[in-house]
Amino acid sequence: MDVVVRVIPCLDVAAGRVVKGVNFQGLRDAGDPVELAGRYYEQGADEITFLDVTATVEDRATMYETVTATAEQVFIPLTVGGGVRSAEDVSRLLGHGADKVGVNSAAIARPDLVGEIADRFGAQVCVLSLDVKRSPRTRSGFVVTTHGGRTETDRDALEWAAEAVERGAGELLVNSIDADGTKQGFDLELVTAMREISHVPVIASGGAGALEHFAPAVVAGADAVLAASVFHNGELTVGEVKGALQGAGIEVR
Amino acid sequence: MTAPSVVVLDYGSGNVHSAAKALEHAGARVELTADRDRVMAADGLLVPGVGAFAAVMSALQSVRGGELIERRLAGGRKVLGICVGMQVMFERGVERGADTEGLGEWPGVIEQLDADVLPHMGWNAVTPPDDSALFAGLADERFYFVHSYAARSWTLEGTARIAHPRVTWAHHGEQFVAAVENGPLSATQFHPEKSGEAGIRLLGNWLATL
Repeated sequence: MDVVVRVIPCLDVAAGRVVKGVNFQGLRDAGDPVELAGRYYEQGADEITFLDVTATVEDRATMYETVTATAEQVFIPLTVGGGVRSAEDVSRLLGHGADKVGVNSAAIARPDLVGEIADRFGAQVCVLSLDVKRSPRTRSGFVVTTHGGRTETDRDALEWAAEAVERGAGELLVNSIDADGTKQGFDLELVTAMREISHVPVIASGGAGALEHFAPAVVAGADAVLAASVFHNGELTVGEVKGALQGAGIEVR
Repeated sequence: MTAPSVVVLDYGSGNVHSAAKALEHAGARVELTADRDRVMAADGLLVPGVGAFAAVMSALQSVRGGELIERRLAGGRKVLGICVGMQVMFERGVERGADTEGLGEWPGVIEQLDADVLPHMGWNAVTPPDDSALFAGLADERFYFVHSYAARSWTLEGTARIAHPRVTWAHHGEQFVAAVENGPLSATQFHPEKSGEAGIRLLGNWLATL
């Protein structure tokens, strides 16, 4: 017996509302984040992730309220990402009820941020979130992007992940921009590649569209599977995903 | 019956609000403070802890946490340590080469787990002893862990005068101590406040002992 795979619904939040879009474009309203988080908790979600997709100054305050209200009724870990630029931002989010914080663009711009967060709050708080695209420009064939996949950096995704783990990231949230929104399944090669270079947990994200997509991600090496729209749209419940994993011989909670 | 009062020791450690909310949900009246009189007066004291062993110890001692815990235990008053709040109850913690003295309530050392994936993050099964009060009705549940270090052995035995400590084990790469019930002092390596309804029920079991 050991730790089991986690099923994590992700809520993309803008201005206090859950939004959804394909490849991060054309956002549409999908409900109240606190209410949705409560529903996923009831369904057996193992964690909840909030992603602040606008992260403007005004929205930040709204996000804190959302996190606090959720933490008061949802007794599972909450991860919050989007627009986190400093250890102070992390401190504020933890103070409002977050358990883990995702860092993305700011860590690419200033890698020391990862170590600053890990040193002050522990590695387990620091989730490195990566938006990854396939690209012939890097050695591994995977490149790190920013701005929701619209801007390619020069960084090899696997090299960056390895560096961030070395600097103190406690978990990798690996989102495939190619697969995101397609509902054609996770990028399994990406998951396996990340698993191979990392000793920290890997969360597979991007592409989940049907029940049969989840087990292969776990077999490919994911410690957790994350999905957004299939849950918001009511196409799948967390319970159904867990049932499918179990049916494939994978233990769940 | 009035709800039991619990102080969540406020010494600047991570997400203490979750612990407070979960305890309220389990039926306690909760106060977040490090005030000596309030800590001593409460029916139960919860010691949270997130982050590095050395940092937690130093923050804890800045509010004279060790002394408060010691005084409560000397009077048979209940204390519950969570995560690093459990780890500091041991003699020492060894993290990244730094060897830090703990509160020494229990013999033993906190060391890195020998596992392929660390931190140990997620929901794991536990093996409580049959006479566990904390896990009454919860032996088949999973709880939420997030840590890289743990007590990998347990040496304290009961004596004619001291009841045998009840030790609950879990496995990630190797066996480690997931929880201890030892007279007035109990502790869990996992986070009951983040373990859904099972965690709330475990906190309820603890409240029932106050």
